[in-house]
Amino acid sequence: MSGFFERLLGRTSSKGSGVTAKERLQFILVHDRINLPPERLQAMKAEILEVISKYVSVDSDDVDIFLEQRDRDSLIKAEIPFTGVNEKDEARNRLSHASRPEDETLDDG
Amino acid sequence: MGAKVVTVTSGKGGVGKTTTTANLGVALARMGKKVVLIDADIGLRNLDIVMGLENRIVYDMVDVIEGRCQLRQAMIKHKQFPDLFLIPAAQTRDKTAVSPTDMIQTADKLRPEFDFILIDSPAGIERGFRNAIAPADEVLIVTNPEVSAVRDADRIIGLLEANNKGPGKLILNRVKAKMIEKGEMMSADDVTDILAIKLIGIVPEDEGVIPSSNSGNPISQNENSRAGQAFRNIARRLNGEDVPFMQLNENSGIFQRIARLFSGGQSE
Repeated sequence: MSGFFERLLGRTSSKGSGVTAKERLQFILVHDRINLPPERLQAMKAEILEVISKYVSVDSDDVDIFLEQRDRDSLIKAEIPFTGVNEKDEARNRLSHASRPEDETLDDG
Repeated sequence: MGAKVVTVTSGKGGVGKTTTTANLGVALARMGKKVVLIDADIGLRNLDIVMGLENRIVYDMVDVIEGRCQLRQAMIKHKQFPDLFLIPAAQTRDKTAVSPTDMIQTADKLRPEFDFILIDSPAGIERGFRNAIAPADEVLIVTNPEVSAVRDADRIIGLLEANNKGPGKLILNRVKAKMIEKGEMMSADDVTDILAIKLIGIVPEDEGVIPSSNSGNPISQNENSRAGQAFRNIARRLNGEDVPFMQLNENSGIFQRIARLFSGGQSE
């Protein structure tokens, strides 16, 4: 009955633990199903980001890499917006391009 | 073609596998089906006592497999239903006494004579579980609307898929409508959203279940029990009938109904 009065008075009741249970399960089962615990996923994300940052400029705060569920299949989704190329990046790119032939000669030798 | 082999499993213990197997057996027998129940929980025999047949055991599943008796000698006839039988588990052995091949061979011998073979799986994901699912044509996963039971059910569904026995159908047992109304328990919709498999039954929490086990008379024999009705409905669905899911809250009081009216029918 208390729920009725709360609704009658227009109070929004706080969410019950049933919702919490569902949310917690949905989160952990995605990890369980591919045997990749949340901590390991964090490590993988950091590594992915490191590789991408070698080539393009990204702001790690805007990066979103997450697991998603389609029926019972899991997939990884990534949203990685590139930040605009600035002078510093260009300079760095030029520098790395310039150094590449040297690397190659080193490898060949 | 012969019998359909249905395995009842769960991952987690204590969610109601044995109760479900016993009740589906009785419900199918009431429908005039020829049914044999196999207790695959070697070493932790229980289906016999829930069925009220514990005093009639002479031979068990391991005796059959090791050739100490004929299959027919290990089949205990139910007191009330002449076409309902139980093959009990051995009590003093462990799961390694039976192999998945033994289970397939036993089921194949029984198939021509029955409509349904129901196998009560032990808890866990080890040998006993693998024995229980080996001969299955269909797997029923019993769970409760609790985080631990749902997580284990998910693991079982994954293992069934890996063994080409999936995805199985879900029985949500011990559902408390009042707690769902208060938002303190996951609903059947919540659980099927999470597990992404088909639901075959919703069984309400019923205080009659324990007394029925106490006396060895599964509750599906009780016409007035809500849980009994739920198990009878599952039996009909197993038999291919299209039976709508029953409303869990139809017994709720007049005040709750008025409250629901005012709140715009938020509860199911």
